[in-house]
Amino acid sequence: MTAQASQLTSAQEPAAVSPAAPVIRVEGLQAFYGAQQVLFDVDLTVMPGEIMVVMGGSGSGKSTLLRHLVGLSRPAAGRVELLGLDITRARSMEMLALRRKIGVAFQGGALFSSMNVLDNIMLPLREHARLDRKTMEIMARLKLEVVNLAGADALMPSELSGGMLKRAAVARAIIMDPTLLFFDEPSAGLDPTVSSALDDLILKLREAMNMTMVVVTHELESAFKIADRITILDQGRILLVDDVAGVRRSDNPRIQNLLNRRSEETEVDAQAYLQRLTGETPTPPAATNETPEAS
Amino acid sequence: MTEVIRDEEGRFVVELEGEIDLERAPALRKTLLDCVRRGRDVLVDLSRVTYIDSSGIASLVEALQDAGKSETRFGLIAISPEVMRVFELARLDKVFTIHPDLGSALEAGA
Repeated sequence: MTAQASQLTSAQEPAAVSPAAPVIRVEGLQAFYGAQQVLFDVDLTVMPGEIMVVMGGSGSGKSTLLRHLVGLSRPAAGRVELLGLDITRARSMEMLALRRKIGVAFQGGALFSSMNVLDNIMLPLREHARLDRKTMEIMARLKLEVVNLAGADALMPSELSGGMLKRAAVARAIIMDPTLLFFDEPSAGLDPTVSSALDDLILKLREAMNMTMVVVTHELESAFKIADRITILDQGRILLVDDVAGVRRSDNPRIQNLLNRRSEETEVDAQAYLQRLTGETPTPPAATNETPEAS
Repeated sequence: MTEVIRDEEGRFVVELEGEIDLERAPALRKTLLDCVRRGRDVLVDLSRVTYIDSSGIASLVEALQDAGKSETRFGLIAISPEVMRVFELARLDKVFTIHPDLGSALEAGA
């Protein structure tokens, strides 16, 4: 099944999602790092309450896609619509209002090292809400309870383990009770037990708070546990969008390689490779001014 | 959100309606703390609340704490299944006294 066909099928017959309008609609998204195109005409739809997992190998474009979904990067072409707002054309006030409804749990936690856990978690509230400090502290401690970090409020980020940092990042991401929550590699660097507990937390949050979630991960076990649907990216293109069963039964060799974790010879664009080696870069159609990052 | 406060056999019954979010929570906090600080037992009727976010829940928690300090009772009435799921997520169902309806609350002497 082609990606297009699969996505249409899933969109018409979503598993465990409401018939309401999509929470995320991406159309024709293209992205470049300098001259190098890293996303090619990406189309994606995520429905309310759905957990969409984005998978792919290193350099597949999944982190780039996430950066565009959360508004950290502007696309060279295409459209990204979140909660009905086209963020590629939104005004700053519209983006500010949208950000109150969105949470992002970054891979490394992204906590401020000079602040204790409680102040880190309260930070979005101090930026976006006018609440009594006592109310904000109770809200932050409630979130620490939810992520099983009760009592960690006075600790500094440097005193937290990797798993605790991830949980603190989740607590901060959900402090505003977001409608839409993004996770960047939630399981990366965690042992299987801690990783599994984080998966359980993701499912628990969805059930209790009815959030829509996009989870970027390369952990197969985690993806299969939490996903309603999985988007598989390969060299900047969507290879497949389907539910877990559909991904498992795919006979696409590249997907099978991903599932079986077999390394694969990357196709080489000789001309682009030569240009990289020699430092000669062609003029991009529409380039962003970002620095490359690992996907 | 609208609020109605009425006297019910010597206790305050605070009836809430609609959505309780970041915009409404400060007013709710003030109402609840005012009621508690007047030294009477308080029941908060949530039967017509369609949504309550963490700021609203935090206001309930603070009022519960104040009630404990002033040795008055603070209970909740008719929490919807949706709100109860959020309470259970943070284990607040173990902290609050929750009654299915006003009649049960009065019968229990809340």
